[in-house]
Amino acid sequence: MSVLTPARTSGRTASAQENFSAWANRHRKWLFAAPAMIFVGVLIIFPLAWTLYLSLTDSQGSVRAASDFVGLENYLTVLTDTERFWPAVGRTLSFTFVALACEIILGMGIALLLWRPFRGEKWVRVAILLPLVATPVAVGMMWRLIFDPNIGFANQVLGLVGIPPQPWLSGQDSALPTTIFMDVWQWTPMVVLILLAGLTSLSDEPDEAARMDGASAVQRFFYVTLPLMMPTVIVAILLRGIDALKTFDILYATKGKGGGSFHEVETLNVYAYGLSFDYNQYGLSSAVLILFFMIIIGSMWLLTMRKKAVSK
Amino acid sequence: MTLLTEPQAPARRRPQVARRKKPLRSRAYKTFRVVALIAVVLFLIAPLFWMLLASFKTNVDIYDAGKSFLFTPTGENYANVLQRNNYFVFIFNSFWVAFVSTALSLVLGVPAAYAMSRFTMHRSALVVLMARVIPGVSLLVPWYYVFSNLKMVGGFEVLILSHMFVALPLIVYIMMSYFDSLPLELEESAQVDGLTPIGAFRRITLPLSVAGMATAGILSFIFSWNNFMFALVLSGSKTKTLPVAIFDFVSYASIDWGGLMAAATVVTIPIMIIALFTQKYIVSGMTAGATKG
Repeated sequence: MSVLTPARTSGRTASAQENFSAWANRHRKWLFAAPAMIFVGVLIIFPLAWTLYLSLTDSQGSVRAASDFVGLENYLTVLTDTERFWPAVGRTLSFTFVALACEIILGMGIALLLWRPFRGEKWVRVAILLPLVATPVAVGMMWRLIFDPNIGFANQVLGLVGIPPQPWLSGQDSALPTTIFMDVWQWTPMVVLILLAGLTSLSDEPDEAARMDGASAVQRFFYVTLPLMMPTVIVAILLRGIDALKTFDILYATKGKGGGSFHEVETLNVYAYGLSFDYNQYGLSSAVLILFFMIIIGSMWLLTMRKKAVSK
Repeated sequence: MTLLTEPQAPARRRPQVARRKKPLRSRAYKTFRVVALIAVVLFLIAPLFWMLLASFKTNVDIYDAGKSFLFTPTGENYANVLQRNNYFVFIFNSFWVAFVSTALSLVLGVPAAYAMSRFTMHRSALVVLMARVIPGVSLLVPWYYVFSNLKMVGGFEVLILSHMFVALPLIVYIMMSYFDSLPLELEESAQVDGLTPIGAFRRITLPLSVAGMATAGILSFIFSWNNFMFALVLSGSKTKTLPVAIFDFVSYASIDWGGLMAAATVVTIPIMIIALFTQKYIVSGMTAGATKG
């Protein structure tokens, strides 16, 4: 303030620039935050409101075509649709749940392996980084070749062990588990990195104390390390879970429109995308999206509550 | 205390048998650890290696199980992909979109993250972070409508805007946790020395945040490079990015596996090279805010 007062009292002599600088400094909180917030706000709030509106209309064909207000009819159609919608909900949840469970368990195991320094650590870290940054669509194509029933490497390996070839992505029951496997391959590294950061920030003392008391390594992990790691584990679940619910790239890249000819891998995101851009059913797809959004927010809210409980 | 406890120490270590067993068990653990680590590395690297191998094979060799590892490498797939399919254009498009959207997001996001961190604007931060949660499809329909009315679909501007939507929340998220960890004292003493608050931000905080901005920038570049869904809807024939180009590769009748693998390699190699040189930053960005509790 002491810097500002002389500029103000000298009135006209103060240049416009100084006035502006004083004004900017006083309002820097909003000056700094506003551009980003307006950008995100305009690009979110407007489309979200629009989606909400579309979900109450029978808009289809072209977004520009006239549409009628139909109330909650779309929601009724969607919620009673046991052919596409509910199976898609089931697939979304089982994809997310199984992938997350595998990623957290494997991720914790790998993080524990990497916890203490060892020779060649650098190379293992590089190996962990590569799947993480690889383009998901390219990864999907890579797995398509590896899991190809006739020429794929996966069946060649199985053949060596004497297991008959599997249909993998082209099987009606095996497609979803195969895509879960791809997700686990690509994103376990991210869980490893997060959990490893958590492990490194732990103090050694509780672990040492338990060792002194004669606790075995397994006991020390379950009774000392794991409870201390719970907040980090929940962050990992939260960050990974949001993305897993919204998985699109590898599913669309490996199975194409509608999640395959029998909708084997059609999750909510793939279903909504298909309704919007492959079939132009905007009203219906908007209702699906609003429900999908509520599922995401709901599960995030549950996890945040859980995290607060654990941190206390 | 030390004098008192030391004579007692041997008494506490009485179970001698258990002690003798320990080296053996730890050697077993060491072996297990080495084997497990090798398995992990193989699991993560083998698929990528397979993709790389296939990209150097002719389609006849790809169909021949006997030539899994022993084959005469050919560069034909790459020549096809790069020349005939114009991948240089797509590489440039991907690079340009990722670069501009990252740069603009840094310009918007860094000051915003600073304000949100220093003035603890949690609710505002939540608005920006919401962008990470919303399913992209729910934004695409309205965007598509508006931008096609403005005749902007197929141009770089829309693509950059949509990618900023991915980059900005990421940058705000990473930079907020970075500014949170930066001590206030430096700025305060700079203000005592006569700098305005904005001056202190520009001359003190920003230079100290280069590492944080590098982290945020690299991650947002990678995410933009890898983004598929927005480009699938909003890009045109002239602005097609690499992920969309690969996706289009398979929509023809029969799959040219060699070419497809070469294309997949062309997309992933640049980003992997960047990742190798900036490993430290990527790790710190991926784990930002994870251990704060």
